[in-house]
Amino acid sequence: MKSFGVSTHPIDLAAFRKQLQDRSCGAYVQFDGWVRDHNEGQQVLRLEYEIYEPLAVKEGNRIITEAVERFAVSNACAIHRSGLMGLSEVAVVVGVSSPHRGEAFDACRYIIDQAKVRLPIWKKEYYANGNAEWVNCQRCAHAV
Amino acid sequence: MKVKVRYFAAFREAAGTETETLETAAVSPAELFVECAKRHQPLQKYSASLVAINDEMADWEALISDGDEILFFPPVAGG
Repeated sequence: MKSFGVSTHPIDLAAFRKQLQDRSCGAYVQFDGWVRDHNEGQQVLRLEYEIYEPLAVKEGNRIITEAVERFAVSNACAIHRSGLMGLSEVAVVVGVSSPHRGEAFDACRYIIDQAKVRLPIWKKEYYANGNAEWVNCQRCAHAV
Repeated sequence: MKVKVRYFAAFREAAGTETETLETAAVSPAELFVECAKRHQPLQKYSASLVAINDEMADWEALISDGDEILFFPPVAGG
């Protein structure tokens, strides 16, 4: 099982985990990204993710394929939420199963790190003071 | 030539529009972005991060052709 998806509804983590079950695998690593109540000194009330789905899915699947080939894991999947979300909701989930744990940890890390810098996904934070801002990932920005 | 431009997230809000069709002499997405920022002043405070042409990630110096759809992506923040 190798796939990247986008969901407008809460992610069913039990179903997600189940699709990665594999009798030839002895290790399963899962990363959940949660909606946090603060960022850079501001109190966050909720988040909105905007995703350009056609390209996010295409590029997301490329990242999954790279991880499977590079780390020789058996299965890898990820789902990213889009739309409005409350605190503590799961914004993104990455799961990897493989015969042994080392490559599963490495592949999981690779997928979430690449997803953060390569996918057309934007995050708007809504603050307790009434303001809302698109969050810039400065590390990923390149001046034209 | 005529190209279609699409703005996302902060760019859409800065440009005040999601899509527009432009007559341009720009040869690359980099040149086109500079033109767009002249049309929509609030775009000037941003440095664009990623660009796609016809739903494929592209280089800022790629050649654009008549009828292309250019997608300007502000700095991404997934996860």
